[in-house]
Amino acid sequence: MKELFDLFFTFAKVGVMTFGGGYAMLPILQREVVDNKKWATEEELVDYFAIGQCTPGVIAVNTATFVGNSKKGVLGGIVATLGVVFPSLIIISLLAGVIEAFSHLEIVQHAFGGVRICVCVLIINAVVKLFKKSVLDVKTLIIFILITLGSTFTPLSPIIFILLSAICGIALTIKGGKA
Amino acid sequence: MTYLLLFWEFFKTGLFAVGGGMATIPFLYEMSDKFPHWFSHKDLANMIAVSESTPGPIGVNMATYVGFLTGGDLGTVAYSILGAVISTLGLVTPSIIVILIVTAILKSFKNNKYVKSAFYGLRPASTGLIASAGLSVLFANMFLDDKISLSAFNYKGLILAVILWIFTNIVKKTKGWHPIIFIGISAVVGMIFSM
Repeated sequence: MKELFDLFFTFAKVGVMTFGGGYAMLPILQREVVDNKKWATEEELVDYFAIGQCTPGVIAVNTATFVGNSKKGVLGGIVATLGVVFPSLIIISLLAGVIEAFSHLEIVQHAFGGVRICVCVLIINAVVKLFKKSVLDVKTLIIFILITLGSTFTPLSPIIFILLSAICGIALTIKGGKA
Repeated sequence: MTYLLLFWEFFKTGLFAVGGGMATIPFLYEMSDKFPHWFSHKDLANMIAVSESTPGPIGVNMATYVGFLTGGDLGTVAYSILGAVISTLGLVTPSIIVILIVTAILKSFKNNKYVKSAFYGLRPASTGLIASAGLSVLFANMFLDDKISLSAFNYKGLILAVILWIFTNIVKKTKGWHPIIFIGISAVVGMIFSM
């Protein structure tokens, strides 16, 4: 029981200290999970993180589930995951409540008018960064272009594009004898 | 019923969003098209800003935010919080299931050639989905009141966007700054110039 509490609070701490995307979390995980708690070695953590990236879902959540599961089984995985999302639940609920209460004010609307522009630029920057990492050759460039156009101009769900591209990836590399 | 729908929508998001928090944006975009009374495209841009500027993984923060707003339509704060909890649980449930399965076959998973080659196709596709959602968000913000005309063009927004792009990509001194700083500056600029 004590170990489960420990998992919950350690990952709640990781959740509070993670600002932004999953990548921001790695150094914090290193300090808490490897250095402080010694629940995993440096190599194990990098492995968990790598698998967290190549399984569906939020990377931070995947990594938490992994560490929890390796420490205390299925229940440990669930408890660590609940820990990592717990701060978000509290902080966002408080903030969303406050924002909703003041959103009718003109000055708040203007502030968000500026903020939304910033979000556009942040998304563009994120796409450029991801593009450099994921578009490696002509084939991946074609996949990128087709999915961008398909998703913009057809009402099809992202799920369909994700499934199609996984099949494409397998067909392209296995047949090409590269993998 | 709304709660069941919320859970299901975020379950799908958690299962198919590949590659971190930003990858949830296309799914949220689709959700807003499907359930316009839950949240608008404008709300979505606000949520992204709040999720980037608060502690916690972006994907989780956005799920919580959507759940809070959607639950709020049903009644008091208690409904909002329940909505936040349910959408967040929806988002993480597939992760738990998938990771537990992967752990069982851990050693072979990471080096499996089918997994590797699936991701060869998945990564550019995920980037494409985010690019498409980003374009839609950009478009919605460049034309005010959802009208496409010269008079509705958000020229102040375009100027701010170009300046922000320069400071986040070109200027060496500010390039590495945390997004929260640029979000804060943009809020102040928005207030001063009535954006």
